Formats: sequence, C-alpha cells, structure tokens
Amino acid sequence: MNRFSYVKATSVDHAVDVLTADPAAKVLAGGTNLVDLMKYDVERPTTVVDIKRLPLGDIEALDDGALRIGALVSNADAAYDRQVEENCPLLASAILAGASPQLRNAATTGGNLMQRTRCYYFYDPSAPCNKRDPGTGCGAIGGVNRIHAILGASASCIATHPSDMCVGLAALDAVVEVSGPQGKRDIAFEDFHRLPKDDERGDRPDLDNTLQLGEIVTGVRVPRQAFGQNYTYLKLRDRLSYAFALVSVAAGLTLENGVITSASVALGGVAHKPWRDKRAEDMLKGQTPSREIFTAFAERILSPAVGQGDNDFKISLARRAIVRALAQAASGTPQRQSQKSYA
Amino acid sequence: MSYDPDTQSQLCPTTLHINGVRHDLEIEPWTTLLDLLRGPLALTGTKKGCDHGQCGACTVLIDGMRYNSCLLLAVSQDGAEITTIEGLSTGDQLHPMQEAFIEHDAFQCGYCTPGQICSAVGLLNEGHAHSREDVRELMSGNICRCGAYVNIADAVEDVMGQQTHAVAAQ
Ligand SMILES: Cc1cc2nc3c(=O)[nH]c(=O)nc-3n(C[C@H](O)[C@H](O)[C@H](O)COP(=O)(O)OP(=O)(O)OC[C@H]3O[C@@H](n4cnc5c(N)ncnc54)[C@H](O)[C@@H]3O)c2cc1C
Ligand code: SF4
Ligand code: FES
Ligand code: FES
Repeated sequence: MNRFSYVKATSVDHAVDVLTADPAAKVLAGGTNLVDLMKYDVERPTTVVDIKRLPLGDIEALDDGALRIGALVSNADAAYDRQVEENCPLLASAILAGASPQLRNAATTGGNLMQRTRCYYFYDPSAPCNKRDPGTGCGAIGGVNRIHAILGASASCIATHPSDMCVGLAALDAVVEVSGPQGKRDIAFEDFHRLPKDDERGDRPDLDNTLQLGEIVTGVRVPRQAFGQNYTYLKLRDRLSYAFALVSVAAGLTLENGVITSASVALGGVAHKPWRDKRAEDMLKGQTPSREIFTAFAERILSPAVGQGDNDFKISLARRAIVRALAQAASGTPQRQSQKSYA
Repeated sequence: MSYDPDTQSQLCPTTLHINGVRHDLEIEPWTTLLDLLRGPLALTGTKKGCDHGQCGACTVLIDGMRYNSCLLLAVSQDGAEITTIEGLSTGDQLHPMQEAFIEHDAFQCGYCTPGQICSAVGLLNEGHAHSREDVRELMSGNICRCGAYVNIADAVEDVMGQQTHAVAAQ
C-alpha cells in the first residue's frame, strides 16, 4: 500500500473541501473496495478521507413515501431494514445476493455505488488498461474476457460494473443524492453510472460515473414502489454464493387483473452500468404474462448484444435468465437468496 | 500527528478495546486491523488467507458483528470493541461454538477455523439464520480449503438449536 495522509472528516463540507483541494484524495467508507485496490497498487490516493463518522447512517421515510438510505448505511443494515423489506423487497434481495455477510456488514450504500470493475487487467498494474491508465490499451479486448460486457462496450473498454445493489436500484428508478463544492444535487440513477463512451465526455473508460471533482454521495432515494410481490432478483454465477454475477436480472411488474401495467427490468454483469431499455419494457405493458412475450422482450433488450469471445455464452444465458426472472416476478415467487435451486 | 511528506509517516492515536483489554496505540494509517493484531499485538489466532476479502480466515467480531479484518484500516476502528478467537473463551471454559466445532469434527487442518468460529458467533448475534439453508448461505463468506463444510454447518446448527431451546425454556 502506498503512503498517504489520513484525515477523519468532521462534516460533509470538510470532506468536500479535502476532495476539492486534492484531486488524488479518496473517500474511505467501508474500505472493502478501496483497501483491496490499494493493496494491489491500483488505487494510490495521496489523502484518504475517512467519512465513516459522518451522520449519513440513517434510513428515513419521506413525506412522498420514498425511502432515503444514507450513504453510510451498511449493505447488511439496508437489506434487513423493515422499511426496505416492505417498500422495496427487490432492493433487499439484490443486496443479499452480493458478496458475503462479513463484507455486507462493512460495505456501505455509497461505496457500493462507487465500487470499481473486477476486470482482471484493471487489477493488474503491469497489464495495459485504459480505465486504470488512460491510453495504455485494453488487455481484455482479445484477451481473457469471460466476465466482460456484451452490451454498451466501447472500442477502448469492455468492463462491467460489478454491483448487485445497483441493479436493484436501477430497476427501482432510484435517485442519487450528492454534495459538492457547488452544493447539493440529485442524479437520476440511470444518469449516475456511465457507459465507457457517451456523447458528453466521449470514450473515457476512466470515468465510471458522473460524479464531479469534490462531490460525495450522501444517500439514495428509492421512490415508493408497487413491486411488493411481483419482483425478483435472479443472479447467475460460477458458484452459488460469494461470487460476482455473470448475469443478473432485477425484474418488477405491476399487474392489474392479470395484465401487466408496468414493467421494469435491469440487467447486471453485462455492461459498464446496470442495463435498462425502457422502450423494450413498454412492449410488456398491456400484455398477459407468458413465456412468448417474455422471450420476445429478452430478444429485444439483447438485440444490440455482442460477445467478446470468452463471454459469448452470456448472450444466451441472459436471454434465459430474463425469461425466468419475468416468470418469477409474474407469479410472485421471487428467488430467495438462501435457496440455491432456481424456481 | 498529521502526515509528514518528508519522512512519509504519520502516527494516529487510536484506542481499541480488544478482548476486553483497552489498547492506546499510535498507528500508521496504512496498517490493516489484521496486520495490527498479528504483528504488534501478537494475537496470531486470527489468520491471513487471501488478504483481499475473499476467504474469511481473518474474520473478527466488532461490536458483535463479523468483519474481514484484512480490509479494515485499524485507524478507522478507533473506539471499537473487537473480539478475536482468543477472546471467545472464558479461562479454560470454551465458547459453546468452540465446543460444537470439536464435537462435530468441524475442521481438518484448522487454518480457516478461527475465522469460521468468529463468523458463526457473528451469525448467531446477527440473528438472520433460521434454517440449514440460511446457515449455509450466511456462512458462505468463510472458505474451507479442506472442505469441512458439512460438519461446520452441523456445529452451527447445533448451537443455534441450543439457543432456541434456551429461549423456549425461559
Ligand atoms: C471478495 C469480494 C466479493 C464481493 N462480491 C460482491 C458481489 O457479489 N456483489 C456486489 O455487489 N459486490 C460485491 N463486492 C463488492 C462490495 O459490495 C464493495 O466492495 C462494497 O460495496 C464497497 O463499499 P465500501 O463502503 O466498502 O466502499 P469503500 O471501499 O470504502 O469505497 C469504494 C469506493 O467508493 C468511494 N466512496 C465510498 N463512499 C463514497 C461516498 N459516500 N461518496 C463518494 N465516494 C465514495 C471510495 O473513495 C472508493 O473509491 C465484493 C467485494 C469483495 C472484496
Ligand atoms: S476492459 Fe476496461 S477495465 Fe478491463 S482492461 Fe480493458 S480498459 Fe481496463
Ligand atoms: S484474509 Fe481476509 S478475507 Fe481472506
Ligand atoms: S479446516 Fe483446513 S481450511 Fe478449513
């Protein structure tokens, strides 16, 4: 680990000041990603700003029925919170699908949003990687890329975002609350993480998200949701627990008299951010749940998918996972994260 | 003390309560809790397996909940109550979870065992396991290279059952 200056933040403004003054400073929350990457010399912050003692550890119900989950609420506390279980069980389930109990005790809401890719080349400072060292090339393109993206990749990076929690938040249309040198702002979840290449910043895989210099995440807001029963988080991976998703699906449906009135589907493990296609979701509206319509939806959302070689299998795996997840959501039989057979 | 760029050093005053003993320490901020325990504090019961959060060998209890000590900076735990495997027994009296591991032969080489036992005690304190499936899932953060999983689950279930009976008998 490199040598750094350690600062305990005394307020959100203090943290923002330190981060604004030193672009190479990093926030420390649970540390489960930052400390790991520092041990590999992938992250080499000059200053570590420990925010763990800031008052961002509460879950509160807001007047409009939304829930605000503070940036420092641990993943375990969020997943087992009664209000989260009742208001957005999809989020609780997605969190419990991730990491291990020990890691979920340490990991925070803000840190989970900000965690970096698990691309093997990104983790190896001796390998080329445009995300870690812009302009050095991408080891994964033409290399070992079993865990990489099938959607939204660019010519310079094919990494995926590894979070499960974020796939749930994407399906729930959450809002990320941030504070920075210019004050507070809200970022719609779909605008928080970015694809490696977008219109605003071009091909910049070094930027995982749209947070600006000096900004920190203070919480996420999850709007009041209707997916009380008709939801699921289905995660497929190389072993049944304690492994990142190869493909995951967060699905929520609203049904009235057996007809789908709204649908929300986010995919994990397949792109640089949780992947949604709202126009594809529209085709489910007004339909009666059936294998045929779910398959047509899967074909549609995956129509731009391209394999990179080792990960070609993800396209058919994703297609089948989407159909299975929508069937689970429609029948109100969400995947239980401690049950290792798939219903 | 603040960071001195010339000597590249910083010592942070940090108080940790470990197995009931108060330690007033001055720690370099890049020291992990695991390295502090095993090095200066000579509490080598806590094991280093992967050093990256991937195996659970380094599991300790902080305020009763389990954490991977390899991924925690010791300075960030200022004020915490930490229990390691050395702190579970009372004198010669083993913790019921330690007894159950022996009873059920829940180890072979024993390297993962301190982490497994701390994790199992954390699992009981956290209170989210209600079935064998739950036990298996909620112990999945502890890898056993020898594959003693079946007996580990038996040991945890045994203590979980004793607790339920104790509550029912009250
Ligand atoms: C072995 C292993 C397996 C895992 N498996 C999974 C899995 O299956 N699914 C999954 O989803 N995750 C998994 N994880 C990842 C885990 O969920 C993340 O490491 C964790 O959520 C990060 O949270 P943290 O609080 O520890 O972040 P930290 O490590 O403290 O920080 C991570 C990053 O976020 C920044 N940051 C933290 N808080 C803020 C904030 N409030 N504002 C701005 N920036 C901030 C930090 O500067 C840093 O860059 C796994 C991790 C490990 C080690
Ligand atoms: S896929 Fe992205 S993160 Fe991985 S090596 Fe290529 S540029 Fe780096
Ligand atoms: S040594 Fe900490 S998890 Fe392996
Ligand atoms: S007993 Fe040998 S690793 Fe578990």
